[in-house]
Amino acid sequence: MSAAAVARLLADPGSAAEVKDWTSILAAARAESLAGSLAFRLKGMTLPEKVELLLEDARTGAEAGRTQALWEAEMARRALAPLGVPVILLKGTAYAAAGLEAATGRSIGDLDILVPREALPDVERALLADGWEWVKEDPYDDLYYRQWMHELPPLIHSTRDRMIDVHHTILPLTARPKPDAEALLLASIPLGDGLQILHPADMVVHAAAHLFADGDLAGGLRNLWDIDRLLREFSSRGYEFTVELRERAWEHQLEPAVARALRLARALYGTPVDHALAGRRQATDSLFLRRLVARDGWGRPTRRGLRFAFYLRSHWLRMPPLMLARHLWRKARR
Amino acid sequence: MHRLELRIGPVSFRIGSAWQRPLDQLRRLYAGYPPAETPCDFTVRLEPARPWRRFVRPSLTITGDYWLPDTAPLPLSLGLLAAEMGMNLQMALGQRRYLLLHAAAVEREGRAVLMTGLSGAGKSTLAALLGERGWRFMGDEFALLGLDDGLLHAFPRAVSLKNEALPLFAGVVAERLGPLLEGTPKGTIRHLRPDREAIMRMDEPARPVLILFPRFGADLASAVRPVGAAEVFVRLTQASTNYVALAERGFAALTGLVTAVPGRAIDYANGGEAVALVETLWEETR
Amino acid sequence: MAGPRFVADPPEAVRTVAIETLTALYHRPSGTTHILAPPAPQILEALAGRPGDADALLRRMEERFDLASDDAPNAVAARLAELEAAGLVRRA
Repeated sequence: MSAAAVARLLADPGSAAEVKDWTSILAAARAESLAGSLAFRLKGMTLPEKVELLLEDARTGAEAGRTQALWEAEMARRALAPLGVPVILLKGTAYAAAGLEAATGRSIGDLDILVPREALPDVERALLADGWEWVKEDPYDDLYYRQWMHELPPLIHSTRDRMIDVHHTILPLTARPKPDAEALLLASIPLGDGLQILHPADMVVHAAAHLFADGDLAGGLRNLWDIDRLLREFSSRGYEFTVELRERAWEHQLEPAVARALRLARALYGTPVDHALAGRRQATDSLFLRRLVARDGWGRPTRRGLRFAFYLRSHWLRMPPLMLARHLWRKARR
Repeated sequence: MHRLELRIGPVSFRIGSAWQRPLDQLRRLYAGYPPAETPCDFTVRLEPARPWRRFVRPSLTITGDYWLPDTAPLPLSLGLLAAEMGMNLQMALGQRRYLLLHAAAVEREGRAVLMTGLSGAGKSTLAALLGERGWRFMGDEFALLGLDDGLLHAFPRAVSLKNEALPLFAGVVAERLGPLLEGTPKGTIRHLRPDREAIMRMDEPARPVLILFPRFGADLASAVRPVGAAEVFVRLTQASTNYVALAERGFAALTGLVTAVPGRAIDYANGGEAVALVETLWEETR
Repeated sequence: MAGPRFVADPPEAVRTVAIETLTALYHRPSGTTHILAPPAPQILEALAGRPGDADALLRRMEERFDLASDDAPNAVAARLAELEAAGLVRRA
């Protein structure tokens, strides 16, 4: 199980000396978007020359990606500064902008930002005026995004060809936990250039929410690595991070997600977690773990049945049953 | 998954396929190439487009470490082409150690000529032809520019030749030709394995001395025009898939190349004229 | 009418190579490469780390460079807009 081997290497870089099949490790790592993270984790280890060359390639790619992601945030800042509304960076771009460990080697995709719901029309106007355009053209999708999802329909910049996702809360309006968007905004931390990031405890809560309630666990191995890195860094800052994390998880009605994230991070990466917060191990934890490492040494997804079950579950969590049926019907007819 | 490992220049590929046949064809086409250097740089996978397409009117999708969504499946009969496309895709999307130029390259006496321009078998055929006329063939699809040494590194993969170009290669040993592939996006093609010298010397880089923009047309008069360094720079960045990923080192390598090496556009109506133009211009760079 | 003030990144943020009469510029913060024709490189130099509106910019350029054009104010305004869209200058 090569994805599991990648997780082991991330948790314990010293075990690199025992690796026999680096080709498979790299294929699985690339498929899980963890090649850059792995390459930085293994920096400084004594490795065969060819392995070192390939890891250096991964680091090169990750650095270029980081520059582009931060630049995209800067261009969004320039477009939105005149509005005077808070703009909170989320996920990978936030980790990079804040210089967090979680950003080291991380592959960063689209730019995700959080703004107050009332500001959405102005934000939309400002972005469209500065060269962004809509990606999707289907009016049904448009309505779905605006009415039910927690974001504007996706926008892409016409010359830079990079996507931006504008959120007003961290979970879809139709999802069953109801996070407190205002609390997120109030607690956010300024970066000094006009952009903000979430409070550390909110960052972890968001990562957990995104991992479970918002997706079908695709990319889960990477998201859990983020959580491992965030937890270790924030816990080492000397204040009562665990207390804050518990409070925020409760406030946003996401305690089960946070608890499960802690248990899975501990199981996969040996993350030190608070036992009370992590709660008792559940029988379904093994299903989650199996889904997370369902990737072979060719980079292929394995356990198709399990993956499909999680895919269905992710939609179930996002939408009331009647809506789900209608949505899947619409998608199938395309 | 059936498996084959292959090294072309500094890049080793692990190619997996649900069917044995394309790999057998690939192995024959690349006979004489050195063994792969593990771990392999990239993995390519040829998989059934849908589970039942493994057996029923078999068709495959090309994927691997790097892949593009929504690519059209190919019939199994074109499996060899799919493997080649898969390797190209890994290079185009994943190469981080050399600046990739979408160009053909040949060299003599350690001095290399780059031929670049729009896709179409023009530069491929020309490079292959020069390879048969005493030049060392370094590649027809990708030229690898060293980031620190500024040298061209060879990537001598098999050349895909259009049917119309095949008569030009009537003299080559039959064993160097791959199977006839019909119904490809470029019509009927055959692959040509580079000659022994190209294979033996694939690890020797060469200094670039000339950048050509070839244009083939049956009614064109033989002609040469200078191409300004700024124009060469812009055209090369547009044709490079990994320029952006290489950040400042890519900028340094490419500006270094275009400020040191002259660019020329050449027009020709047939292979003989083309070869003559290349040789004359190469001589002038001494 | 002075208009808004602009500023460009300091010299350490860019790397330039002259290619014939043009300037190839690598912008480190964005990782993008630009090919610039005069007066764009001169505008960037005049605004590097020093904010200025269009009038101030024109004065700086007249002092330092040879601006051979009656249409200089319009040309400078047009180039400024392009440089802003490209991310090479921003509002100060």
